Amino acid sequence: MIIVKNLIKSFKDGQTETKVIKGIDLKVENGQFIAIMGRSGAGKSTLLYQMSLLDEPTSGEIIIDGKEAHTMTQDQKTQFRLLNCGYVFQDYALLPELTSLENVVLPLLMQKMDKKVAYAKAKEALEKIKLGHRLKNIPSQLSGGEQQRVSIARAIANHPKILFADEPTANLDNESSKIVMKFFLQLHKEGQTIIMVTHEEQYAKMAEKVIKIDDGKIVSIHSSTN
Amino acid sequence: MESLYIVSFFLNTKIGFFLATRQIKKASFWTTGLIVFVMVLTFLNLVVVSGILVGLIEGSIAAWHNQYTSDIMISNLDTKDYIENSPSIISTLKALPEVQYISARYAKGGTIEANYKTKKETDKPNTASAQIIGINPMAEDQITGLASHVAEGEYLTPTDYDKVLIGQFLLAQYLPVESPGFTTLKNVGVGTKIRMKVNGITREVVVKGILKSKVDNVSMGLYVVDSQVRELIGRQDNNVSQIAVKLKNGADVASVKNQLLLRGIDKQAKVQTYIDAQPKFLKDIIATFAILGNALSSIGLVVASITIFIVIFINALTRRKFIGILKGIGINGKAIEMSYIFQSIFYALLGSGIGLLVVYFALVPLFAAYPIDFPFSDGILVAPLVETLIRVGLLVFATLIAGYIPARMIVRKNTLDSILGRN
Repeated sequence: MIIVKNLIKSFKDGQTETKVIKGIDLKVENGQFIAIMGRSGAGKSTLLYQMSLLDEPTSGEIIIDGKEAHTMTQDQKTQFRLLNCGYVFQDYALLPELTSLENVVLPLLMQKMDKKVAYAKAKEALEKIKLGHRLKNIPSQLSGGEQQRVSIARAIANHPKILFADEPTANLDNESSKIVMKFFLQLHKEGQTIIMVTHEEQYAKMAEKVIKIDDGKIVSIHSSTN
Repeated sequence: MESLYIVSFFLNTKIGFFLATRQIKKASFWTTGLIVFVMVLTFLNLVVVSGILVGLIEGSIAAWHNQYTSDIMISNLDTKDYIENSPSIISTLKALPEVQYISARYAKGGTIEANYKTKKETDKPNTASAQIIGINPMAEDQITGLASHVAEGEYLTPTDYDKVLIGQFLLAQYLPVESPGFTTLKNVGVGTKIRMKVNGITREVVVKGILKSKVDNVSMGLYVVDSQVRELIGRQDNNVSQIAVKLKNGADVASVKNQLLLRGIDKQAKVQTYIDAQPKFLKDIIATFAILGNALSSIGLVVASITIFIVIFINALTRRKFIGILKGIGINGKAIEMSYIFQSIFYALLGSGIGLLVVYFALVPLFAAYPIDFPFSDGILVAPLVETLIRVGLLVFATLIAGYIPARMIVRKNTLDSILGRN
């Protein structure tokens, strides 16, 4: 479970301070599929970055499974992300010199997993997302949709507690977007907690709960009709 | 706690190696080539510059050893101008199993004069001071290869009375420098008659050959057959001034010297190894060049460190986004730093490896075949393997530090700022 309490995030540029998140309270239960929506600059990605421990909030609390994020050191946060979080970025964020398989296996090896087991798991994750035939390809040899699927395979290979996705379909064509979303739904059915930022309503509707943000505040939370 | 640290160290090393090998494999050939080229140049700067400085002196030492003192030099005590009981000492030397050849020399200061027949009364005399050295031509050639230093004319034979070999620095055409108290002979070549004055006796001799050497004692000497010098200086007791001793290959010079000292020869003569007999200026230059070589090497090392620092810094800076992603997905910062350390070591080892091949398979043989023509020696490249390997070690260590610092600087930046490319 993720609990967000009075979260504030502001950016300083010289004397000017811009508040992007203006006191958000939120609770995400295990196994939920949450979509965060809002117009550009509303603060939805910033909220995701704070919740996923990729960034430091200016104030407020984030508690994940009883662990208070503000008490963790950077190294502890890195370790926490490794063991508990999966990330899917808008621009895929794959390492260009690694093959699909190596991109997926890297976090598994970092978890002290046995090499054979790690490679088997990585292969399994790629096969699950229908990329079993692209194991040895580097990202530049893959289409945008395929790269995003590799990124998803990397995120889910070790069954993280929470999957964070930042505009996962923004750079994809309709067909690829549908494949990605279909896969998210399948993961959700398997019990995966997913927090996804999107500006595309049709995909937000696929989530269990849609949170709308505007000007750094939650303006509405409602369950999806799907 | 400690075992946890060790486990985490090995894990970070493993992941760092994994990342480094992939980055190196996928890196641009030309970029890698350029970095390695810079490392090769840095390595050569470290080894060759000081190697030539040392080689310059080594060349001088080798020339002094091979052309003048040989392995052991026995010379007159400062209080005498000859070695007492020379025949007995020579017999002792010949009886030693380590001794291969000996050359006994008579040495006496004298003057030489040219153009005395055509000189007018008002003309400045064409004279020079010289060390008159009496030698057995065969024995001397066996020891010092003197015959091979005859640049013009011919070498002496034992029966060459009234014939001399003259060192190049006694001739104006080879040393056109005139300083107060030092003069050279003008208009003298092979076949010229000159006057040699030694021990108050003047004798007219013919120049049979001109010696070219970078050892002053050879290039400023006038070589005459020993029997004639003995006659001129009146040494009927066969006591000589110097005995140069060449030992058989593998013989220990210090041990032979000790044997001679045990026989009490040091009471009648100075017994020196070729190292002991090196002139003071050479010893001073060795010390100075050692300091200079170390200073240049240190500068080279700093330059190498800065070079690799810049290379790794630019590399890490351009890959900042990916470093952020790695941290984002949970890769430990130390593993990422380790990957840059491995890359630095790779560049340093590859650069040093190629540098070693260039030094030992190209430069050392090249300098040996074509030494640098310095005024007082033939400069070679001296690169003892152990010292060179120590320099490789230093270079790798400096590179490791220089690679680690910029990687650490980039890795420490905020993860999200790195991913998003924010400052």
